[in-house]
Amino acid sequence: MSASLLSVEHLKQHFPVKAGVVFDRTVAHVHAVDDVSFELGEGETLGLVGESGCGKTTLSRSLMRLLEPTDGRVLFRGRDVTHASARELRPLRRQMQMVFQDPYASLNPRKRIEQIVAAPLRLHGHDKSEIGARVRELLGRVGLQAEHANRYPHEFSGGQRQRIGIARALALEPRLVVLDEPVSALDVSVQAQIVNLLDDLQEGFGLTYLFVAHDLSVVRHVSDRIAVMYLGKLMEVSPAEELYTKPIHPYTEALLAAVPVPDPRESRARERLVVSGEPPNPIDPPPGCVFHPRCEHATEVCRTVEPPLARYASGHLAACHHPRRVSASEIAAAERSPASPRSAGDGLPQLA
Amino acid sequence: MAEPLLDVRDLMVSFRTEEGVVRAVEGVSFALEPGEVLAIVGESGSGKSVAVGTLMGLTRSPNARFEGEARLRAARREHGGLELVGASEGKLRRVRGKDIAMIFQDPMTSLNPVQRVGDQIVEQIQAHEQVGDAEGRARAVDLLDRVGIPRAAERARSYPHEFSGGMRQRAMIAMAFSCEPRVLIADEPTTALDVTIQAQILRQIEELRERDTGVILVTHDLGVVADVADRILVMYAGRIVEQGTPDELFYDPQHPYTWGLLGSIARVDRARPKRLAAIEGLPPSLSDRPAGCHFRPRCPHAFGKCVETPALEHRAGLTPGHLDRCLLAGESKRRLREVNGEVGLGAP
Repeated sequence: MSASLLSVEHLKQHFPVKAGVVFDRTVAHVHAVDDVSFELGEGETLGLVGESGCGKTTLSRSLMRLLEPTDGRVLFRGRDVTHASARELRPLRRQMQMVFQDPYASLNPRKRIEQIVAAPLRLHGHDKSEIGARVRELLGRVGLQAEHANRYPHEFSGGQRQRIGIARALALEPRLVVLDEPVSALDVSVQAQIVNLLDDLQEGFGLTYLFVAHDLSVVRHVSDRIAVMYLGKLMEVSPAEELYTKPIHPYTEALLAAVPVPDPRESRARERLVVSGEPPNPIDPPPGCVFHPRCEHATEVCRTVEPPLARYASGHLAACHHPRRVSASEIAAAERSPASPRSAGDGLPQLA
Repeated sequence: MAEPLLDVRDLMVSFRTEEGVVRAVEGVSFALEPGEVLAIVGESGSGKSVAVGTLMGLTRSPNARFEGEARLRAARREHGGLELVGASEGKLRRVRGKDIAMIFQDPMTSLNPVQRVGDQIVEQIQAHEQVGDAEGRARAVDLLDRVGIPRAAERARSYPHEFSGGMRQRAMIAMAFSCEPRVLIADEPTTALDVTIQAQILRQIEELRERDTGVILVTHDLGVVADVADRILVMYAGRIVEQGTPDELFYDPQHPYTWGLLGSIARVDRARPKRLAAIEGLPPSLSDRPAGCHFRPRCPHAFGKCVETPALEHRAGLTPGHLDRCLLAGESKRRLREVNGEVGLGAP
């Protein structure tokens, strides 16, 4: 893998739950992101997948430091983002940009496209005389026309708005772009256009992407590696293709089985694996493995000991006491990954 | 075959607006058989939601104009069925919820936030049947239990905000089922849900089929369609452009828009292709649509004749129920839709 651009080390983001009539007191914490570690290589795309409430959006916001993390740290090219002062943060922020899910809510309806795309340039003190030309160039890069610069967001369709959001994110020539469900709100045919555009831009500018998604279909087409998250923790991190041919964690298996396949014959032939129940409350996560209440393979150890992330061949990580599709020799060769949560046990999976 | 539950013929819906007349639905016809899941697929603005909303009388407004027929043969108290398009509000109210019911994409906005879930179901039952409170409550609990809500008796006393998204959607289904309607319209019922919850809800919809209920499933997700539909209508800009069984549409698609849709899906069961075969451009504005085939401006295979409106008809060599609205010859369709060994819109 290429040099690491971003490293996330034991990042925690907890939100206090307040109660009380006159004086607020903290009665509990929502464990939105609970000790997550991963690396992101230069030029790489990491897909971050999980269901609603698993903490994927919170994670992307706290690593951009749009939220103040509770614990842990984030390094961008070796510079500490989490503890940087406002002044130290400015040059870092240029290099980390974000594209949001909802193209209707993320553009100011009262501003012209030119003002929206130029805002980051003005904030970072670019020469006024150059801004107009730069905005037009950016619009061209994302497949819009220069004359669109004078229009307002309501004059554009969802797909075009998402292109505007992408142009704004690219204005400062960032190294890392965090894409928070960039195509979920769009129609299928438009999704494909945006996915292709993101591909072109990555190649053209050498961008690194963190691509957040709620299911496993789109990320397969954009990612080099994929991380699966559940209830604030990483369940599995794998080279992209391998996750689909060899899912190790039962939760990944369930997620894969739940995505309907647009192919009637395959759909009929597929095993109907419907995982029961719903994700538990992140205020009071279950002890041991957080997935155990919904897992059909769960045993006593899953209810008591949190599994560490075990590292298998080809850098495939999975946090499970009863890994699927790994051979005896792979289990014997597995190591405890340093990305494991601090609260996890030491015991690696044992041969059955 | 048994008599259809619902018979829709040449349904047209248009709205007068400041920007001119918006023709949302332009001549849609279909029949719904008992025990059938009929899927209507299309992107935003294709007219799919307006078409099914019209069946429920939800699109009525002073600036709306309707033409065509939609006969609800399943209406139990009307001899020969009820004509939905011109029905009086009173008659509609008697069949809505009882013979034909609807569930929506967003269950939060469809449930009353200040009334207990169980009470809302009781209210629905009492609107159609002479039932006492105690019996109504018992039925509500039974319904919630049937759609898989754990501890139903206790949850019936909860308010909608205490439910998760999946549970709210189940509560909606329970409510839709309270009077055992023969026709259920589900407008994007799983779009707002997580995939594992979506799988649970889809199994629920499949169970309805066994009870001979007819389901109209409106969706944009071709994966969902391949999973549960018996028959599919593909809509584009207010018209049905192709219809057939899942096997016909997925393995022998005839309309270039269907090719484009199939080509642009990011498939979970396929390795990463070099590029997704996107459809270029945008769907036309509903108030200013191109004459002839509406897909013509985005179709790389359009030719001179496409300025005429093609009929939705059965073409030689296809299976009987497979209809489409494209003038290309069958032979060239088979050739043109092949893009790198997969179905796609391709280049001219």
